[in-house]
Amino acid sequence: MTAARFQAIGLAAGTIGPIDIDVDAGHCLGLSAPSGAGKTRLLRAMADLDLHEGDCRLDGVSAANMPAPEWRRRVAFLAAESAWWADTPREHFDRGCEKLLDALDLTSALLDMPIELLSSGQRQRMALVRTLAHTPEVLLLDEPTANLDAVNIDRVERLIAAYLTTHRACCIWVSHDRAQLERVASSLLILDAHGQPCDAPCS
Amino acid sequence: MQLISLSFFDLALAAGAVLALAGTTAAMKLGVTRTLVVAAVRTAAQLALVGLILEAVFAQERLLWVALMAFVMLLLAGREAATRQKRRFVGGYGFFAGTASMFLSSFVTAVATLVIVIRVEPWYTPQYAIPLLGMLLGNTMTGIALSMDRLTQEVWRGANVVETRLALGANGQQAIVDMRRDAMRAGLIPMLNAMAAAGIISLPGMMTGQILAGSPPWEAVKYQILIMFLIATGTGFGTLLAVELGSRRLFDDRHRLRLDRLRRI
Repeated sequence: MTAARFQAIGLAAGTIGPIDIDVDAGHCLGLSAPSGAGKTRLLRAMADLDLHEGDCRLDGVSAANMPAPEWRRRVAFLAAESAWWADTPREHFDRGCEKLLDALDLTSALLDMPIELLSSGQRQRMALVRTLAHTPEVLLLDEPTANLDAVNIDRVERLIAAYLTTHRACCIWVSHDRAQLERVASSLLILDAHGQPCDAPCS
Repeated sequence: MQLISLSFFDLALAAGAVLALAGTTAAMKLGVTRTLVVAAVRTAAQLALVGLILEAVFAQERLLWVALMAFVMLLLAGREAATRQKRRFVGGYGFFAGTASMFLSSFVTAVATLVIVIRVEPWYTPQYAIPLLGMLLGNTMTGIALSMDRLTQEVWRGANVVETRLALGANGQQAIVDMRRDAMRAGLIPMLNAMAAAGIISLPGMMTGQILAGSPPWEAVKYQILIMFLIATGTGFGTLLAVELGSRRLFDDRHRLRLDRLRRI
């Protein structure tokens, strides 16, 4: 059982930032900003997928002191649109994921369906399962419920909350939906249209 | 058997046939006439120039001249391979990767063949060295150009897949493993086809040339088999190397996909 603390220090990518972030194990930081402010770029920078300035740390260990693949296994970025390369979801999993599928109301029969026959909502939930199956310590979620109906949004929110508790993981959750962030996050970071943090709660 | 020398008039007859084709494509407005004429003129001019140079180099039989000619051939092949890419590496890396791969595979294969297999004295005898290297370079160039083009195109189009794999903890080369495989295959297919079709569907150009020039077919066949194997080896290793160099360049030391290192032509 790990207890992950995630920090970003002076993180800047493109026009966004620099920002500082400190999320403790079991906690979720909600990140909200107008469209085009660069939320996705910020998450990608945290996962070290893009060139960026500043430093990210996992339990005090800088990303630079860890091989990049290991960093990304532990600090997992889940894109809003995940890609699939094989014909069926099953080929994307190298370990069991039944409990996770159950929690998101996905039947294991779906694992053998051609990807393109899955609805966008099923694909989105399946992508979350794929990411969680690697048991990352930090979740970087980019609009993880954008294609879901209310029932499934609720399922995803519960699953993430349970995951954070059982794995002592932490999470940065990007969403347009302020009400959702109020539900899932223990703290909020609001960026303005220029990608700068708002000191006062700006709307 | 003896060589029947071709006169300029003979070549003019063949050129007339090409002109007839050009006239036909022009009448049908196929839009290839200009390219056809330019290509035909280039063939004649380039081969004539090479003929003059070869005559001079053959007469001299000096290592320096052979090496110089080989070097020029290499650079031209490297340039040709680089310009065939739809998405090139910025800063001439594509030229470097292609030329380095060609140099290593073609030159090593050619020199090894001259020294170990043909055992001609001296080993750089231009009559053997230049045609051998030319065939190797030409085929290796095709393999490298096709494979690099496929690699960069596939990765560009599949960037989403690559980055999803990276986000799941794959390293750069794991993330493009199937694209690398496709690229390798694309580079090797012409050579594999040529080997499979040799003698049945097509009579290889070199063998045909030797027979026309008066060699006994059996001797021409033995040389052709040798050349086929050399081309397979040179193209194979050259392509392997080029795909490796290209693949590495697509990622930085933090295993980030660096599409900014490619630009569209």
